[in-house]
Amino acid sequence: MRVEVTINRERYASDVEPRLLLVHLIRDVLRLTGTHIGCDTTHCGACTVLLDGRPVKSCTVFAVQAHGRELMTVEGLEQDGNLHPVQEGFMQEHGLQCGYCTPGMLMTSYAFLRKAKDPTEDEIRLAISGNLCRCTGYVNIVKAIQHAAARLRQGGT
Amino acid sequence: MIPAAFEYHVPTSIAEATALLTRLGDDAKVVSGGQSLIPLMKLRLATPRHLVDINRIPGLAYIRQADGVLQIGALARESDLEDSDLIGTRYPILADTSRVIADPLVRNLATVCGNLAHADPANDHPATMLALGAEVVAAGPNGERRIPVRSLFTGPFTTTLAPDEIIVEIRVPAPPARSGGAYLKLERKVGDFATAAVAAQLTLGPDGACQRAGIGLTNVGATPIEAGRAERFLAGKRPDDAVIRQAAELAAEESQPTSDLRGPAEYKRDLVRVLAARAIRRALERAGGGR
Repeated sequence: MRVEVTINRERYASDVEPRLLLVHLIRDVLRLTGTHIGCDTTHCGACTVLLDGRPVKSCTVFAVQAHGRELMTVEGLEQDGNLHPVQEGFMQEHGLQCGYCTPGMLMTSYAFLRKAKDPTEDEIRLAISGNLCRCTGYVNIVKAIQHAAARLRQGGT
Repeated sequence: MIPAAFEYHVPTSIAEATALLTRLGDDAKVVSGGQSLIPLMKLRLATPRHLVDINRIPGLAYIRQADGVLQIGALARESDLEDSDLIGTRYPILADTSRVIADPLVRNLATVCGNLAHADPANDHPATMLALGAEVVAAGPNGERRIPVRSLFTGPFTTTLAPDEIIVEIRVPAPPARSGGAYLKLERKVGDFATAAVAAQLTLGPDGACQRAGIGLTNVGATPIEAGRAERFLAGKRPDDAVIRQAAELAAEESQPTSDLRGPAEYKRDLVRVLAARAIRRALERAGGGR
């Protein structure tokens, strides 16, 4: 079946089997390999992308379901060589260790901070509760998101 | 994990969707949020030959109250309940429930109607809908019919829906003044199904006695359980500590848990007792105007 999607403001079109998962379309067909496959069982959130602005687990959506829709992946965060504040936060606060979960963490955090301007630590922890990290224990991840929130309040984009 | 091959159908109206289901028969499954179905397909525990995706049918993503009934459309997502002021202020039991289903990313796609249609006894919304006395609107080739949630579930993953019927709406009678409800769940880790969970919805009369009580239990039986004896015991009584304790005991007796990795049956039954008492107490606080 024909699937046409917009990813990070660019149009892509492909012929796919209906059973192809969205994460495989993104990684294997369109070669946007920033999005990771972690558990493959809808638990870990490494494969999180934005579908029409909402973070979803792309291992649990069929590519054909995204036809005509707008996607954003981790490749869409950086603009003109400048890191997005959430990326800068994860770098400054060392919100990653092995880095495998980071693309999903970044996408969830990006979507969360568009709604929550001055979140509490509890709100941050709830927001990322669908993204598992098995290295850092979340302390630095929470700090990274707080850093990004502060930057965004100061007028970052 | 790659699901078995299937044909994909994208109807743009309810009539088109039910006609497809009639034609395709048992080989077809409806997908709305897909957050239960797609994992089952990846594990090949489900291998439907046809998927009927209802996401392109317009006008089904609503949460609204009209004529004294809360109406939740087939494409309202769990996260829509969390974001809804109407749910937050008038139906805290539903806000409680949506907040503990899976995780925020799953809730962005998962639908409330799908949660009922899937009929997993571990799903959370069936218990709250039992407590609220809700009904579903099922659309089929011959039009719509209404099914009380209490007669929807016949066993694990099985309902009284015909293969060519789709739940298009959940209808909840708006609770009268001095009503309150709560849903309490114990899970081992974030995103897990309940070890056990209890929904309680109460309405108090002017004398402080319980006019109506709804109690639903999650994942302690082959279907969601309505704790009818506990409900009837509460009706007409002033819910003091002794009455709450007795109602919670009855709810525990009505649970039918089995031992599994989440714990032995005895533990789960005791958990129902504790959660029921706490859910009733919180429901009472909310009926009295508390949060």
